[in-house]
Amino acid sequence: MPGFDLRAALRHRELLLAAAIAVLLGAIAARFPGFVAPANLFGVFNDSAILIVMALGQAAVILTRSIDLSVAANVALTGMVVALLDAHHPGLPLALLIGVALLQGLGLGAINGWFVWKVGIPPIVVTLGTLTIYRGLAFVLSGGAWINSFQFSQSFLALPRAVVLGLPVLSWIAVAVVAVMAVVFGRSPVGRAWYAVGGNPTAAVYAGIDAGRARFLAFCLSGLLSGLCGYLWVSRYAVAYVDVASGFELDVIAACVIGGVSIAGGIGTVWGTLLGALFLGIIKNALPVIAVSPFAQMAISGAVIIAAVTLNTRAERKAGRIILRPVAGLPGRADRAPARATP
Amino acid sequence: MTIEASAPAFRTIPDRLHGRWRALAGSWEALLLGVAATIFVADALASPYFLDLTNLSDATFTFTEKAIVALAMAFVIVAGEIDLSVGGTIALASTAMGAAAQTGAGTAELVGVGLAVGAACGLFNGFLVARVGLPSIVATIGTMSLYRGISYLVLGDTVYNGYPDSFGFFGQGYVWGVLSFEFASFGLLAVLAGIVLHRTTFGRAVRAIGNNPFAARFSGLRVERIRGVAFLLTGLAAGLAAVMLTARLGSTRPSIALGWELDIVTIVVLGGVNIQGGAGTIPGVVIAALVMGLVTTGLGLLNVPGIIMSIVVGAMLIAVITLPILARRLLHRRKPA
Repeated sequence: MPGFDLRAALRHRELLLAAAIAVLLGAIAARFPGFVAPANLFGVFNDSAILIVMALGQAAVILTRSIDLSVAANVALTGMVVALLDAHHPGLPLALLIGVALLQGLGLGAINGWFVWKVGIPPIVVTLGTLTIYRGLAFVLSGGAWINSFQFSQSFLALPRAVVLGLPVLSWIAVAVVAVMAVVFGRSPVGRAWYAVGGNPTAAVYAGIDAGRARFLAFCLSGLLSGLCGYLWVSRYAVAYVDVASGFELDVIAACVIGGVSIAGGIGTVWGTLLGALFLGIIKNALPVIAVSPFAQMAISGAVIIAAVTLNTRAERKAGRIILRPVAGLPGRADRAPARATP
Repeated sequence: MTIEASAPAFRTIPDRLHGRWRALAGSWEALLLGVAATIFVADALASPYFLDLTNLSDATFTFTEKAIVALAMAFVIVAGEIDLSVGGTIALASTAMGAAAQTGAGTAELVGVGLAVGAACGLFNGFLVARVGLPSIVATIGTMSLYRGISYLVLGDTVYNGYPDSFGFFGQGYVWGVLSFEFASFGLLAVLAGIVLHRTTFGRAVRAIGNNPFAARFSGLRVERIRGVAFLLTGLAAGLAAVMLTARLGSTRPSIALGWELDIVTIVVLGGVNIQGGAGTIPGVVIAALVMGLVTTGLGLLNVPGIIMSIVVGAMLIAVITLPILARRLLHRRKPA
């Protein structure tokens, strides 16, 4: 029975979020109809693409009761490596650079996962450490220098912008990652293992699931997608420097949480995460339109995170057990209560 | 059913084995102290300017404010929670002080405003975690954005300065010879925190909650209230840090104390506090703060850029936790064979 209720609540939650997004869009459209024009909405989606991709990797990690704080540092380091390669060896084929980005991101994620799996250090501690190390290495490699748009090769910058079937490649990448993740989360053994490990690690082990390995794979996925986003970020903004994506890990986690991924593990969906990332993306894009100071964005996203997690926690809360029932006629409880109230 | 549900708690918190944990705690602080001594000697050998009382005193400024927040954060983490909003709290408290200074508030009022805003931020965190029941990591990621966001909303890209001259004492003043007000406060607060965590019923309750909140509740502890108090204390400590930092810098920008939450959590974890709660000591946190201070000072004397220092700190965090685990595993492996 509880399993059924949970899934109903989950579906309900995504509908709720979709409704919230619709209301948000409606409110903006009431004053600025141009914002909901299809062209602009596709622009908003394209703007949110990197957040969507990284949020899906993070969702896998959070599903297994872990957290990956190093994703933005991974973006900075991987972005710096491919930017340096491209700037110093303009002849390298783009496919090779993207391969490097994917492999390096995977490697950095695997380092996190290895410490969590084989050494048994809590994920928050491991990724807190690697967060500073990865970003620091970006500084070591670049010497603190910026790589600017004129230093990149044309093909390096062109790919995310290239329009295919009416959408930029960047948007298509987000669409593809969402599609693949929908299969991985919902239709694959490893996705099932993530839910099982997050829902109840002990039961998962008894069911024959290697919980540590499932966590490791979640970190690998998070690293892989972050590495991909390292290339996408540097290419899209045509600049690489040490502080690229600084603090972005919090946006990524916020997107997951708003999307209904439970920080306690075991609950969350690809679609919810997608909606959570879109919600943040719409707010980010709408603020300048409705003439709210961009400085307000941080306070608003903070308030949204608190509101979203409050709603989600309410939905997840289990009723407590009563272990001592008040018994009529027993002196203790009835006598003590007024005595405590008098002073 | 209940026995099965509580099984993972026993697996993930091995520190509860009494005798061995106590021995381990001893060796952990001894290990840290050894690390601190090694770095101290290395610093002294690396730079002729290191062993100078004025230099050593100046060096304490770089980490004292963080260390003061770390003392309170230790209570939150021992209670099994985390507070990532301390950097945001410092920014908001500093902004409030700046706004008060613009209206001509005196030094005493400024300190009051800083502490009050810090306490209010901590109280709100405590409310979200203890009353509303949010997981603290998400709640404080939210309030971290909220507090610093309000700072940005108020200040934008402008700066508050023009603090009264006497206010500078809290960040730059000395109480006795080369002993700064900041470091003296840290010393006093460390003793106070040590007594509260290790010698009072409140401290025992905090550790009990971190070990097993359900057992703590069934033992009659007011789990929510104690959690809330831990967050309140951390907010208050962040308010004090905001007073000191603002007085030291003499200005407030919304980016003040950016990223401090990670440094502060690093100090606490490096100090041997179990990130999953239930175990940890104040002496460990104090030594860890000194280790951080010595590392950054030593590297600073060698003209190493700040970001390289952060690599060292991050690597130290992982190494100091990994090496004892791997060493113990190696020792353990030999026995059955």
